[in-house]
Amino acid sequence: MKQLDFMKARGIAMALSLILVLGSIGSIATQGLNLGLDFTGGTLLEVQYDQPVALQGVTDVLEGAGYRDVTVQNFGSETDVLVRMSEAFRDDLGLEVLEVLRQQLPEDNQIRLERSEFVGSQVGEELRDEGGLALLMALAVVMIYVAVRFQFKFSVGAVAALFHDVVIVVGLFSLFQWEFDLNVLAALLAVIGYSLNDTIVVSDRIRENFRIVRRGGAIDVINESLNNTLGRTLMTSLTTALVLFALMIFGGEMIHGFAVALMIGVLVGTYSSIYVAANILLLMNISREDLMPPELEEEVDDRP
Amino acid sequence: MLNKYPLWKNLLIALVLVISALYAAPNLYPPDPAIQVTPARAGAEMSEATLGSIRQTLTDAGLEFFGEEVNDGTALFRLQRTADQLPAKAAVQRALGDEFVVALNLAPTTPDWLLSLGAGPMTLGLDLSGGVHFLMEVDMDEYMANKVANYRQELRTRLRQEDIRYRRIQVDGDYLRLSFEDAATRDEADNFFIREYPEFARVSEDSAEFFDLKLRMTEEQVKTYQDYAVKQNLTTIRNRVNELGVAEPLVQRQGRNRIVVQLPGVQDTAEAKKILGKAANLEFRLEAKPGASRFATEEYPFRNDEFRTARLEKIVITTGDSVTNARSAFDENGMPQVNIDLDAKGGARMTQVTREAVQRRMAVLFVERKPKTTYEMVDGEEVTKTVQITEKSIISLATIQTTLGSSFRITGLQAAEASELALLLRSGALAAPMYFVEERTVGPSLGKENIEMGVQSVLVGLALVLVAMLVFYRAFGLMANIALLVNIVMLVALMSIVGATLTLPGIAGIVLTVGMAVDANVLIFARIREELKNGRSPQQAIHEGYNRAFVTILDANLTTLLVAVILFAAGTGPVKGFAVTLSFGILTSMFTAIVLTRAMVNLVYGGRRLESLSIGGRV
Repeated sequence: MKQLDFMKARGIAMALSLILVLGSIGSIATQGLNLGLDFTGGTLLEVQYDQPVALQGVTDVLEGAGYRDVTVQNFGSETDVLVRMSEAFRDDLGLEVLEVLRQQLPEDNQIRLERSEFVGSQVGEELRDEGGLALLMALAVVMIYVAVRFQFKFSVGAVAALFHDVVIVVGLFSLFQWEFDLNVLAALLAVIGYSLNDTIVVSDRIRENFRIVRRGGAIDVINESLNNTLGRTLMTSLTTALVLFALMIFGGEMIHGFAVALMIGVLVGTYSSIYVAANILLLMNISREDLMPPELEEEVDDRP
Repeated sequence: MLNKYPLWKNLLIALVLVISALYAAPNLYPPDPAIQVTPARAGAEMSEATLGSIRQTLTDAGLEFFGEEVNDGTALFRLQRTADQLPAKAAVQRALGDEFVVALNLAPTTPDWLLSLGAGPMTLGLDLSGGVHFLMEVDMDEYMANKVANYRQELRTRLRQEDIRYRRIQVDGDYLRLSFEDAATRDEADNFFIREYPEFARVSEDSAEFFDLKLRMTEEQVKTYQDYAVKQNLTTIRNRVNELGVAEPLVQRQGRNRIVVQLPGVQDTAEAKKILGKAANLEFRLEAKPGASRFATEEYPFRNDEFRTARLEKIVITTGDSVTNARSAFDENGMPQVNIDLDAKGGARMTQVTREAVQRRMAVLFVERKPKTTYEMVDGEEVTKTVQITEKSIISLATIQTTLGSSFRITGLQAAEASELALLLRSGALAAPMYFVEERTVGPSLGKENIEMGVQSVLVGLALVLVAMLVFYRAFGLMANIALLVNIVMLVALMSIVGATLTLPGIAGIVLTVGMAVDANVLIFARIREELKNGRSPQQAIHEGYNRAFVTILDANLTTLLVAVILFAAGTGPVKGFAVTLSFGILTSMFTAIVLTRAMVNLVYGGRRLESLSIGGRV
């Protein structure tokens, strides 16, 4: 197979990454995230109708009955309706809402309560903090691990790639105002795992090639390494994308957000392991000397 | 010889495969629909007569059942059809009355020989089985405020007994401020506290008028108290959950001050919350004076002797809410007694009432809420009505010897009586107030749907991956595919062995594992192709391919595992479920992708002269 000159396009790639990351941060800063019930607190009810109903009608009836901040949306199918409101939960709220909704229905359209969720605002806040903390912790641990296992410059590259991926996924969720709930957070952490996997495989090859390939500069070595791992990178992304595709189509509404977030993450992660991590290495002037096994170290360690 | 595994290695792999298959097997047996019958009163026996009447009822109703079991006083009847479950429950409940709790259950059908190996199916999370999830928070602020107030009461008495004169004791935030006339008295008090109350950190502080001593509970003591409060509440909630007659409830502490309650199969949240959150189920009352007006008194039976009754005043001194602790112990003479602690409010009430009532008797009333089912004929149709009725019975009636405070004791009991009384007192009491901070209900049909969708996406995803691998890597792809299937079996086995709960995000984790598990094989195969291209012989290429890819795979998987562990540690709910399957998946996939495929490759290709390998690509 002919060698592809990945690094030729690194200027364009860097510009693209910068635009995507800045755009994402801009979107998050200006319109924020459409946080799910897990993080905002409030009440959620999922009801199942026998026949489709007009969502506007449902909203009007509920607001007419005095509930505040009501959002109504279809969930998976036309007959499945999700109602969210900021109302604090009471024992009989579910039945109460069901009764209100039932009154506007014709005889032949029955309604059932499928699911009800209530999250206190305190808990929501904590989940938000915990989630953010978990993300930061994951990044920190990864950075340390890579620094120990590889070299400091690699760990900067790996973490930059992870940051890049996470920000872009969150940015897209912000841009399209998709609901960001606990499942999406889990997906985000899985993106870290996946993208890291990719980046490590590439870094591993770069390290190996720096040690065995004696000709050419850093750009050549990185190019060769990327070519070496290209087949594997594409194949793994393909298989992962295939299962996520299955999850998106067949997994149902409750994990749709999860599948979407992970799908974006896999695509961005594949790109970032080629361009972001390698670019950072070049920016930091990675050289053969950085990766030569430190032969004298043992002697130094043995001193009392 | 190159690419031959020694016999012991092959045997070891075979052994792992057999064990995995064994422990994954229970998940293949679909559970039977069943009804579970438990006596309403804890500790009661399931008699042969009762079992007979259940059998008779089911037969009369034309419901086929089999495999009845009795375990720890709980009877389980399996039914042939799921549709029979509800009618069976209704019929049995009606026949047995309110002495028994009848609940729906799914009985595992794991064969005995598997059970004897300790194998069992995975448990399903609420999102898959349907049910209610509550998160309750213990109100620590109020609990600690109560504790401090209790100490204030106690210190007053103790200082008086010790003849240490103080001006006043104030509660100031989370500490107590004691004021004394002179420094000498304060030092005396200080010494007393060092000896008797090591749980306090003491700071002296002088104001213009007084010599003050600030007492604050040590961090350690605060932690001990809070720990006790949560544990006590956990016990109480467990007892209350048992009253609900749910098949497999989960009551667990979460974090510092929260309790998770999961009730599979329960749909009526209002009822469940009423029982979980019910406040007073103990009442302390004085015995009525002889000749007291009938309007001011009520007569109640004794709990352990229905024929004995006592007449009590209607006024309630305090309720089980105020009981912060109760334990059975022995007094100086070795006689059994029960020590009871009340909170500040209850203690003050107790002092106020008992001061005037020395030598009268005080009763502890046990209040139970029980469902009562009645059957009415309405328009020729039978309608089942369940109402909650309250039953009160006396568990202790003892003479008041002296004015009682926030901690007192009940004596004159048998040892067994004492421990039972302590248990009842405790079971009725929440050490600290609690409120609901999270609540989720999943309908049973939604749960079923979630399972179907989850299984479907696993199957479709799996099929797509299998095809892709076969197309790209031919014979090697086939071996990777076998390894992938084994991987799923091992993952299921591992989850079943450690008793992990399968949730919807957990299924997503399995799906993701499937996608990523082939990564290791892709890495190896890509490496083998490369080696072939560099002109190595097929045998050498296999050897080198596995060796060189190993380091990469290890690095990549270890880092992902690290992330998964962080997920598990920092996450809650869905995040945790996902982290569990992901980390197990990483572990099992390392075995199947590296060791198992190598064994297969060795069996097929090892130890003979080869011209080419069926590994796809342009080689």
